[in-house]
Amino acid sequence: MDFTESFLESLGTLTLNKTRTGLAILGIVIGIGSVIALISLGQASQQAVQSQIQSLGSNLLTVQPGSISQSGVRGATGGSTTLTWDDAKEIAASSRITTVQKVSPEFSSRSQVITGGNNTNTQIIGVTPVYAEVHKITITSGNFITQNDVDTMAKVAVVGPQVVTDLFGEDTDPIGKTIRISGQMLTIVGVTESKGGSGFMNQDTIVYVPLTTAQKQLFGVNYLTSIALEAKSADLMVSAQDEVGYLLLERHKLSDPTQADFSIMSQQDILNMASSTTGTFTALLSGIAAISLLVGGIGIMNIMLVTVTERTREIGLRKALGAKKKVITTQFLTEAIILTFSGGVIGIVVGVVASYIISILISMTFTLSFSAIMLAFVVSTAIGIIFGWYPANKAARLQPIEALRYE
Amino acid sequence: MSANSIIQTTHLSKVYKNEVVETIALNDISFTIEKGEFVAIMGPSGSGKSTLMHILGALDLPTQGEYLLDGENVEKLSDDELADIRNRKIGFIFQAYNLLPRTSALKNVVLPMRYAGIPKEIRVEKATKYLKMVGLENRMEYAPNQLSGGQQQRVAIARALVMDPAILLADEPTGNIASVQAEEIMNVFQDLNDKGHTIIMITHESDIAEHAKRIIHLRDGKIINDGNGHKQKRAKNH
Repeated sequence: MDFTESFLESLGTLTLNKTRTGLAILGIVIGIGSVIALISLGQASQQAVQSQIQSLGSNLLTVQPGSISQSGVRGATGGSTTLTWDDAKEIAASSRITTVQKVSPEFSSRSQVITGGNNTNTQIIGVTPVYAEVHKITITSGNFITQNDVDTMAKVAVVGPQVVTDLFGEDTDPIGKTIRISGQMLTIVGVTESKGGSGFMNQDTIVYVPLTTAQKQLFGVNYLTSIALEAKSADLMVSAQDEVGYLLLERHKLSDPTQADFSIMSQQDILNMASSTTGTFTALLSGIAAISLLVGGIGIMNIMLVTVTERTREIGLRKALGAKKKVITTQFLTEAIILTFSGGVIGIVVGVVASYIISILISMTFTLSFSAIMLAFVVSTAIGIIFGWYPANKAARLQPIEALRYE
Repeated sequence: MSANSIIQTTHLSKVYKNEVVETIALNDISFTIEKGEFVAIMGPSGSGKSTLMHILGALDLPTQGEYLLDGENVEKLSDDELADIRNRKIGFIFQAYNLLPRTSALKNVVLPMRYAGIPKEIRVEKATKYLKMVGLENRMEYAPNQLSGGQQQRVAIARALVMDPAILLADEPTGNIASVQAEEIMNVFQDLNDKGHTIIMITHESDIAEHAKRIIHLRDGKIINDGNGHKQKRAKNH
């Protein structure tokens, strides 16, 4: 029995009952298609998060209140008020800190921003001028918050382009216009450059105000939500983390590092955390898709069992004419593999098209996962073998007399 | 056992058992068939002739006794070994023809040669030769449902001959065929027998059985008569 012949024979049998063959394939198409689409989207979102985080600056360390639990997941930050401007000033001034070149104390909160009839709820960050250098903020019109603004507690604001669109509509020059936050009137003095992006850390929707104004006039607090530090070089990140860590432990009168009421994270740490989050989601969704693939496989097995029963007489005849077990097994296994493999190929096409459409809809870069496609080929063939095995063996074990008698 | 014997059964018996009853299908069957014989096995339904045919065709194994087919002991063989024996030694002709549906006459005849691993060119050549022999050279690409019952049975005969088997085993070969065509099929059998083929035919129709040179009568799993046919003599007297 040469392979081409039995392949053509199987193909012939499968095209006899097109509806049934089509439905059996559909199960695999949906399974493979959803696996491909979800893996591709997962990888795309992971890349998006990574590039967003990397665009924030590479030598960046962030000090935040709250501690790192043993599993590495940070506790809630909002409740902690242990980080102060004095901490930031000490880091900048101390002779023991040799690896940090810029220190940006920050207070961040969400608040309603109102102008005329429009309002939006967005992130307000109290900053000092160094913020723009540390976070690579570019101004398209006007200027950023100045040291004088901070010193005089000026009622000024620098806004992201999305805030301008939300409050004043497209193509308006907002410089000199006023917005109201927590009952205070602030004059817009600058607009930041559009960086795009959505969801996680979208810089276009931020309103920047002088740190003093934020703490004293808008929110009435005296703590910071974070201190951003720029190390002198990427190699010095770890030493900077240590130096700042020990200084803050000392200032907060803590002897045991595990009791730290703050955490210092590098871009890499944040990147890893975000990646592991999106990775978990991708794995979870792929798992669900894999279940649908399993169901598709069971569908194939069911169809093959029906086929074996239907063709009992044919199997008996073939055995009477001298077909050995292996020949019968191969014949039915070939049919099962043709089903799942063609389902796999169609599924890959469907999955790629689906992830392309979705990536356009949610404005994300489209990535084609080559490994996912290879995996789909292997998995669909493997499903054919696994779920085709039982029916094929059942066929091969039929006794020729029983099979010939079968009506 | 003579050098010419192609089938030899010794005290063959077959017992079917289920939880409740034991059915004796064949009881102490011993006979020999020589090369070139044309034997009809007759008997009413339930006489065990189908069971005997299954054992002679290596589709089933006896419970007791010995069966030698063309010098090979068909006993305690695995399924695959039995398949091989059937492929090489036996040409089956069934009452319901048992051709593969939707498959051309030529491909049906080619099938046993595929299982034997004969090269493709030889397969087509031999299949064509035997289809010509049964007078179907113009019907080679026809599917079974495009052929009459007699034509289908002739395809089955070509398929049975194509591996050059030791015996042709026919189970009610004319049972589904109109009497005129049945006569044609029997003529084909007699031609084959004249050319030296050994034929064993199971039937319950006495006029069909009488084409054979020898008739074995079965009843209740036992041979009750083993003698000459009559028509054969008449045909020779013509």
